[in-house]
Amino acid sequence: MSARDNILARLRVAPGSGATPGVRDFGVIEALEWTPAERAERLVRLLRSVNTEVHETTQATWPGLLRELCVAKGVGRLCLAPVTPVGAAASEALAGSGVATLAYDRDIEAWREELFFEVDAGLTAVTAGIAETGSLFVVPTPDEPRLLSLVPPVHFAVLSRAVIANTLLEVLRAQGYGATMPTNVLLISGPSKTADIEQTLVYGVHGPNQLVVLLTD
Amino acid sequence: MNRPATEFKERIQRALDDPQIRTNFRRAMDGLMAKRAAMFPDADELEQLRDLGAAVRRNALARLPGLLEKLEANCQRNGIIVHWAESVAEANAIVLDIVRKHGGKSVIKGKSMVSEEMELNHHLEAHGIEALESDLGEYIVQLAGETPSHIIMPAIHKNTRQIAELFVEKLDGVEFTEDAEALTAIARGLLRRKFLDADVGLSGVNFAVAETGTLCLIENEGNGRLTTTAPDVHVAVTGIEKVVETLDDITPLLSLLPRSATGQGITTYVNMISGPRKQGERDGPREVHLVLLDNGRTTSYVDPELRTTLQCIRCGACMNHCPVYARIGGHAYGTVYPGPIGEILSPQLLGCDEAGALPGASTLCGACGEVCPVRIPIPKMLVRLRREAVTRDAASPVKDAGAQRSTSEALIWKAWARIHAVPGLYSLVTRTASAFKKMPVVGPLKAWSSVRTPPRVAGRTLHQRMAARGSTK
Amino acid sequence: MSHASLATVGRPRRVYLFGTCLIDLFFPDAGVDSVRLLEREGIEVVYPQGQTCCGQPAYNSGYHEDARTVARQQVSLFPGDDPVIGPSGSCASMMKHHYLDLFRGEPDFAEVQALSTRIFELTEFLVRVLNIDLKDLGAPQKVAIHTSCHARREMGVAGDAEQLVDSLGNVERVGFERQTECCGFGGTFAVKHAPISAAMVTDKVDTIDASAPDRLVGGDCGCLMNIGGALEKRGSSIRVQHIASLLWERTDEPPSN
Repeated sequence: MSARDNILARLRVAPGSGATPGVRDFGVIEALEWTPAERAERLVRLLRSVNTEVHETTQATWPGLLRELCVAKGVGRLCLAPVTPVGAAASEALAGSGVATLAYDRDIEAWREELFFEVDAGLTAVTAGIAETGSLFVVPTPDEPRLLSLVPPVHFAVLSRAVIANTLLEVLRAQGYGATMPTNVLLISGPSKTADIEQTLVYGVHGPNQLVVLLTD
Repeated sequence: MNRPATEFKERIQRALDDPQIRTNFRRAMDGLMAKRAAMFPDADELEQLRDLGAAVRRNALARLPGLLEKLEANCQRNGIIVHWAESVAEANAIVLDIVRKHGGKSVIKGKSMVSEEMELNHHLEAHGIEALESDLGEYIVQLAGETPSHIIMPAIHKNTRQIAELFVEKLDGVEFTEDAEALTAIARGLLRRKFLDADVGLSGVNFAVAETGTLCLIENEGNGRLTTTAPDVHVAVTGIEKVVETLDDITPLLSLLPRSATGQGITTYVNMISGPRKQGERDGPREVHLVLLDNGRTTSYVDPELRTTLQCIRCGACMNHCPVYARIGGHAYGTVYPGPIGEILSPQLLGCDEAGALPGASTLCGACGEVCPVRIPIPKMLVRLRREAVTRDAASPVKDAGAQRSTSEALIWKAWARIHAVPGLYSLVTRTASAFKKMPVVGPLKAWSSVRTPPRVAGRTLHQRMAARGSTK
Repeated sequence: MSHASLATVGRPRRVYLFGTCLIDLFFPDAGVDSVRLLEREGIEVVYPQGQTCCGQPAYNSGYHEDARTVARQQVSLFPGDDPVIGPSGSCASMMKHHYLDLFRGEPDFAEVQALSTRIFELTEFLVRVLNIDLKDLGAPQKVAIHTSCHARREMGVAGDAEQLVDSLGNVERVGFERQTECCGFGGTFAVKHAPISAAMVTDKVDTIDASAPDRLVGGDCGCLMNIGGALEKRGSSIRVQHIASLLWERTDEPPSN
């Protein structure tokens, strides 16, 4: 017998194994409901409480704001996805700004060192916001791969107010994943941090030390 | 007392005698308790959430064998390679085999208590493989050659100065600094290169979702995301109990875990992984392995009461609120899992010979049970395992049941029971005691009297006074 | 839990007192004062002389057979429907909650179960069943309360002792740091893990001393013995007292003659 068979066999003989368990009542989470304005206010407040820079802006003006922020922060190279609407708008706005843009269009193996040591910032879209916890629901894609929001020291994230939900439960249900999830789904709630040295809060450990959210209408 | 029990007491004494340990833990636990309380301002909502959290975990356990099969099937469909291990030896062998097939030199690790349970680092190092912890707390503990003293905050026993001295001693070219930010930057700089060079990234799992074949990991630093994304191979090790049925189940557990653990509304990152890099994707590991470890969990599962231990989501709230843990710290327990959850889990994983004395180190104050986000009846389990520790019973599901039984203690309780079950005898004993008014300051009373005056026996017992009043039957 | 049974109890004519072994030997005043308080409310108090100990020490030590032997001796002493009052949250909880585990599967389980619904901690009974009205005749006094962990977390009666003390007009209730933390008694824990217990009670009396009450009252004599002994050992002037004694002492009208 394999380890698998032995483990499953031991579990199967246990009394009550396979019994119909009690109902899970998700009411306490489903009851968390805010108005759109409250959701945005809560998300912004919670994100800021963990050192996130949040800028309330618009669909029309955020690329310009991004340009200003990049210049102010001294971002020399910004990695983005030129083929997505967010990436295209940013590329256009940054043209001539002195901020170089580059795409994550190669496998990581081809430019590992460069990504880790020579890219100052990453730009991604955000699929949804979560008011309850102040989180960004980010789904990496072939154009915006997993390390884009993780390795560069600054992460710019573009989120529309229209997609701020109440809870993670609501977002997951709305996505309708069924049995198939994307390779990676992330909740990001602030810049990377640690409190492992005598509970002293320090931002910027292995992930970005700045999370900058551009909240559009 | 057997050897492990004696050594337990020695470690306790050493911890109590160390003012640094007392100060570090007290300060940290006070802070954690206050932060948790502030995170749950609405008591009713908290209780409803705990009901839901418990229901989610009980549901998963009630259906455990079926859900494990479902998890396996869905992981496999997603391209995750699933392994099963009955013992830590089997799990270590599986991990070693994977590492050897992929370069075989270095492993970067995200935080994983199951890997501590496996003593995986030792195993890999014994086979010439570098296993480096990347969570800052784990990194500090590894540098010091220690083990975690808390399941969430591994280096909580150290203060900044101690960490600063450790860095100077162990790391090349590091200047002494007590600036936490500077210390963090030093570790970050050193580990950055390691993430690039590691052959394999190894992590734990917080929840494994059966219906989607998804591994959920939570963390603050980003080291967990790097560990599971940057190397070519990701190996996740987890206990078989970590499965939940549906994606819906994740939200309540996420709502409870960080708030209970560290008083954070949510961790910086929640990382849901459902497979290796797909065609067209630019990063992520090309192989993902899931190792499902039993190591005694099926034994606990067989007993409905012991099974409640498997509800645990490893938040550490029980230790944060335990007045005993606050005084002796995590290392005194001598086990991977310290504090109240460790006191009930360790005898089940290791047996009563090795860990049967642990459940005794509790006043049964109930603070642990009060805060447990998934309603594990920890105090009740402490009493159950105290019974297992002193009751020889071949049919007991707990290994080495009765190993802590001593003939003298058993005789004392027999005598005590005799006195208290026969009113005439009880009356004789209590009247005699009150006639003498004082009890001899020997044995237990001597220890008692180190910081207290001895209890004074009243001149007349309540029985005598009530008899004199006449309202008696 | 107890609320359901409260509704069915109403205001009884008669109650039993379970005096507890610690009160019997070390704090009999607490037992007598409990009886006085109940009798002043017009309730007959029956004190079965066959009672000894609830069995908790052996139960918590893992010697469940011995605990059952002793518990069984108590169960037989309280027949009928009258409530059983315990001036101890810990012993009351043992009889109300833990007996159910101790006797599960035993032939007398039904009897134990019936008894468990009639168990009340003293302050719970005074407040929730009797709705007692106290007239404070005492001098101004600062009182701190230490509620035992079992009274607080298993019986859920911490608020009742507070309400009673607050109803005394001349008493100022004072809090202290980490008030809800265990005092370190824990029954046999104080013996088996004497060094941890000593560390805990030392911290406890530090915080009590710092808030400088005139008196510390509690509903559980184990804690009082522990805290009181530690206060006395360090020469503190703060005295400990069972809450029943405080209530009686401050509300007992001297006989008019």
